[in-house]
Amino acid sequence: MAILTYREALNRAMVEEMEKDPLIYLMGEEVGHYQGAYKVSQGMLSKFGEDRVIDTPISENGFAGIGVGSAMVGLRPIIEFMTWNFSLVAIDQIINSAAKMNYMSGGQFPMPIVFRGAGGVGGRLGAQHSQAFESWYAHCPGLKVVCPATPKDAYGLLKSSIRDNNPTIFIESEVLYGSKGEVPEQEYTIPLGLGEIKRKGTDITLVTWSRALVFAEEAAALLEQEGISVEIVDLRSLRPLDENLIYESVKKTNRAVVVEEGWPVAGFGAQIAYLIQKNAFAYLDHPVERVTQMDVPMSYAANLERMSLPNATRVADTIREMLQ
Amino acid sequence: MVLIRKFEEAAAKAYSVGKIGGFLHLYIGQEAVGVGSIASLTPKDYIVSTYRDHGHALARGLHPKPLMAELFGKGTGISKGNGGSMHFFDRNAHFMGGHGIVGGHISLAAGIAFASKFKKEDSVTICFFGEGAANIGSFHEGLNLAAIWKLPVVFICENNHYAMGTPEYRALAVKDVSVRAYAYDMARDHIEGDEVRKVRDHVKVAVERARRGEGPTLIEVSTYRFRGHSMSDPAKYRTKEELEAYKKKDPLMRARHELELGGIKTEELDKLDLEIQTQIDEAYEYAETSPEPPLSQLHKYVYAEDK
Ligand SMILES: Cc1ncc(C[n+]2csc(CCOP(=O)(O)OP(=O)(O)O)c2C)c(N)n1
Repeated sequence: MAILTYREALNRAMVEEMEKDPLIYLMGEEVGHYQGAYKVSQGMLSKFGEDRVIDTPISENGFAGIGVGSAMVGLRPIIEFMTWNFSLVAIDQIINSAAKMNYMSGGQFPMPIVFRGAGGVGGRLGAQHSQAFESWYAHCPGLKVVCPATPKDAYGLLKSSIRDNNPTIFIESEVLYGSKGEVPEQEYTIPLGLGEIKRKGTDITLVTWSRALVFAEEAAALLEQEGISVEIVDLRSLRPLDENLIYESVKKTNRAVVVEEGWPVAGFGAQIAYLIQKNAFAYLDHPVERVTQMDVPMSYAANLERMSLPNATRVADTIREMLQ
Repeated sequence: MVLIRKFEEAAAKAYSVGKIGGFLHLYIGQEAVGVGSIASLTPKDYIVSTYRDHGHALARGLHPKPLMAELFGKGTGISKGNGGSMHFFDRNAHFMGGHGIVGGHISLAAGIAFASKFKKEDSVTICFFGEGAANIGSFHEGLNLAAIWKLPVVFICENNHYAMGTPEYRALAVKDVSVRAYAYDMARDHIEGDEVRKVRDHVKVAVERARRGEGPTLIEVSTYRFRGHSMSDPAKYRTKEELEAYKKKDPLMRARHELELGGIKTEELDKLDLEIQTQIDEAYEYAETSPEPPLSQLHKYVYAEDK
């Protein structure tokens, strides 16, 4: 197995897919000559040339629309948003065009497009640059929403997203780009909608995706010393959702906490909590709890940011209370 | 201009030792644009800025202490530590914010100008943005609305020839941003940005036009940033020669030269430099020793308080 960073794993997935299929192109701000704002597309311009690794002006709505139009006539665009914060400029194209195209044309226009880029909170980036938007996109039928947490998952899930004939919202964790992990040398894919138990345990289930996995793992390690055994379910994609994996875990542990980077109100964790109480109610010994970002825009101040972010301590405290 | 330069040099230093977090976009090299433009305004006029807002704020006369404290994320910061480098705000000074989404603020500026007209106040709004921002929908929508309603706003495109790593020729179908004014039947101007008085005089014409109710102007000011796009950008996409050529046209050197030609003694200018350095040192000290915002602030300001 090779040790790759999260960004290298993403790069490898794109390169391999583009080598196989000439209809795939990568488009976005700074993806080419600059080698990617977060260097995910490093080296791709020289490999594929300007026809397939395409720098755009700052015009998210415009180039998202170009992607959607080109996908209608058979191309397979990968549209990079420098960060998902800026996707809001293009949200009209994503939701009103991409997500609905196949449906409203009665299946005439599949939409093999991937929107991808850096997401998540933290890094002292302040209110406009530090936001987790997966709940927004997961709200919308017609989209698939993928949020990998490890290099191995990032590689396998991006390949599946590129091959999928539906619009995929592929949210990478800005904070995890440099994180390292084992990635098999052999080519593989991970089906969208397949979660994974990242840690086995018996006392409580933590449901996570993306960088929240890090908080969950840290909390689990803390609690292990106190004799508390935590199971971690990494959903990996929110749409489609691996519901059964959650229920099977909850049936075993009888308690669940959702850990997510986003805001609490109408966040995706609320949906999971609803599903658990609806479908595994008989197994619950405690209401489902959530650890989220605080219900405020992100402050720049280091202390307020720290306080606002979800973290391992908050996860551990929540679990201790639930087990009392 | 010297104040801005030294402020940012101090900020760069603080950033490199981890005292400032997030992004830090420096204005070094572009000082004449902000200073010249804002010199044509009165206190009742409004300024809307981007994430590259330090220079504009200082040019507006905001004190370096709360600005530096903001960079340090302190409760004494101009935005109480909630904003950071990209989001300086000062309501009293009509400094309407640094904004982080490229071009998003252009429509905001049109909105502020709309309000001035609506309230029959003769305030003018000036809005700074880069040539990169001129490609986004908000630019076109903002300019069109300002033109049809003859809003008192001056759009100032600080063309530093790069949007991050993208040179203008790869982003603009027509290189001269100011000619886009024709598409909106708007007045236009195009100047070099290394001469501060020239910038002031030209912007003044546009500001007065706006104040007379004759509508908006699009001004393109050609300039250059000496540093990378932000502190994390080594700016490998441009040549050393190009940078050196622009550094020869450093607006600070030019201004100093003109002052000397006008009879101000070198020693006096040196003394002024020193005084400014002291002011910056004090601001740095102030920022460092100021307390972080109280934790009780976390949930404050999410909604406006009841009147
Ligand atoms: C809508 C949006 N897209 C992308 C970005 C990331 N970004 C920040 S600054 C920048 C370049 C802007 O260049 P320009 O408008 O020319 O201003 P300059 O930085 O040169 O002053 C980019 C791409 C952003 N902040 N907002």
